[in-house]
Amino acid sequence: MSDLLLPPEHRYAKMIEAKKNDDGSELSILNLGPTHPATHGIFQNILLMDGERILDGEGTVGYIHRAFEKIAENRPFYQITPLTDRMNYCSSPINNMGWWMTLEKALDIEVPKRVQYMRVIIMELARIADHIICNSVLGVDTGALTGFLYVFQYREKIYEIYEEICGARLTTNMGRIGGFERDWSPAAFKKIHDFLEEFPSIWTEFESLLTRNRIFMDRTIDVGPISAEKAMSYGFTGPNLRAAGIDYDVRVMSPYSSYEDFEFDVPVGKSGDTYDRFCVRNAEVWESLKIIRQAIDKMPEGPFHANVPDYYLPPKEEVYNNMEALIYHFKIVMGEVPVPKTEVYHAVEGGNGELGFYLITDGSRTPYRLHFRRPCFIYYQAFNDMVRGQMLSDAIATLSSLNVIAGELDA
Amino acid sequence: MALDTAIIQEKLSDKFGDKVTGFIQQKDIFSFEVDAEISNDAMRFLKEDPVLRFNFLTDVCGIHYPDNEKERQFAVVYHMHNWFDNIRIKFKCFLNGDNPEIESATNLFLGANWQERETYDFYGIVFKNHPQLKRILNMDEMTVFPMRKEYPLEDGGRTDKDDRFFGRVTDNATN
Repeated sequence: MSDLLLPPEHRYAKMIEAKKNDDGSELSILNLGPTHPATHGIFQNILLMDGERILDGEGTVGYIHRAFEKIAENRPFYQITPLTDRMNYCSSPINNMGWWMTLEKALDIEVPKRVQYMRVIIMELARIADHIICNSVLGVDTGALTGFLYVFQYREKIYEIYEEICGARLTTNMGRIGGFERDWSPAAFKKIHDFLEEFPSIWTEFESLLTRNRIFMDRTIDVGPISAEKAMSYGFTGPNLRAAGIDYDVRVMSPYSSYEDFEFDVPVGKSGDTYDRFCVRNAEVWESLKIIRQAIDKMPEGPFHANVPDYYLPPKEEVYNNMEALIYHFKIVMGEVPVPKTEVYHAVEGGNGELGFYLITDGSRTPYRLHFRRPCFIYYQAFNDMVRGQMLSDAIATLSSLNVIAGELDA
Repeated sequence: MALDTAIIQEKLSDKFGDKVTGFIQQKDIFSFEVDAEISNDAMRFLKEDPVLRFNFLTDVCGIHYPDNEKERQFAVVYHMHNWFDNIRIKFKCFLNGDNPEIESATNLFLGANWQERETYDFYGIVFKNHPQLKRILNMDEMTVFPMRKEYPLEDGGRTDKDDRFFGRVTDNATN
């Protein structure tokens, strides 16, 4: 029994033994996580500390690994959407849309322009929600709760828009192969309109609270920096890469869902430090608002789903009243109309970067292989590199600005 | 001039001959197979060649094909992206079913580290010269590689889900 209680010796133990300072002080190991408020999720960082300075670190992940890829291999295509919801749950509609678009690519389905614009609006709202959480929580982690309280209600407003559109708030399971379940009601458009009216002034105030705040700047400038070359080598994408000075954005490089129709800038930083990541996300919120306005203004008339009866679920009222529709609904959900044999990779610009879906189908009702390229998983491995030589409090700010979502990290 | 897939094919064929085969355009991605022995050289060539410039390793993952012949029962898939010409490619390296081994790409891309650990964790594919090849998402004590096809999602031997206990079989009394 006593063997079970003893932790296995970590490689840092030898380093601690080897280096004892003349004044009697010695190095120590600090476990940051797995469940610590500052980690914002369940993952552990084993840090080798010299006083408050971090000499080295090792990340341990997988605490909420739910085997999504294995489960996906056993589920029909429609039933995989709830899995995607639970990856980056701060911006789950982006994951949903990415998954539908992957399937549509596999099936060669062209969706109507109206659907594409509607998807753009939803995805940009999700991006704003994601950035609201990340940036306001960065404020909390550096000691400023006010900003968080101030902007968080606008994440709720975005959830209310989702609710109006599909009935769900966090894990929305939004959409269908080929479009949406139903057209948006005037109330949904009204809520989006209200959000566009109210939110900019709030976001301006949030920015003025932190962007030129002396304490915030001291806590974030030159904290957790990463060079452009290293970020690229680590596979960074999204705001974390752009903060390092590379203007890579999937929406621009490989446009999907009509992103090429909209004018927007790709904000970039210079030093790749925590402050730049904060500023890039702030700027991206403005760009997202710009995109949503354009999409609303240019919203084409037309159907809200593609004409693909083999894959698009029949309307609910028909399912309840018409036996044919009920049978068809059942057949589609259970994957009786399979996806033909193919291999596709589709990427979208998720809240954290390039979210990719690599799908191999063998003509059966389930994927032969489905791999999620999760941006969080790919860049979290750089964390220890970024905080080496920094203070413990810097690690907290760095972790927060990376926006690591445990659901996406582990999948 | 944008990089054409014909140029990619020509350069790879010139350099590696029949070690690189099966060129095909799959939807929007140019795909091919690379002999596992030269995977690292091929990736270095794709990354460092002044024309090809595939500077970004997008993704690494494994696949299990238990129905293939022994030499092709596992595959490691690499997605690379040339940001200058905006071209994505994908290549597969097939591996032996009994002894799946391939060279690690961590010498070329730092980001390959965890992705290869994940592939090892799920499929038991060994990446030679990897700095820290150990499980990442599953627990260290695990003895199997769970994404292999021989491991079904649920244990078929579980008695708490035995249909007999729920009256779902017609001859319930005799079973």
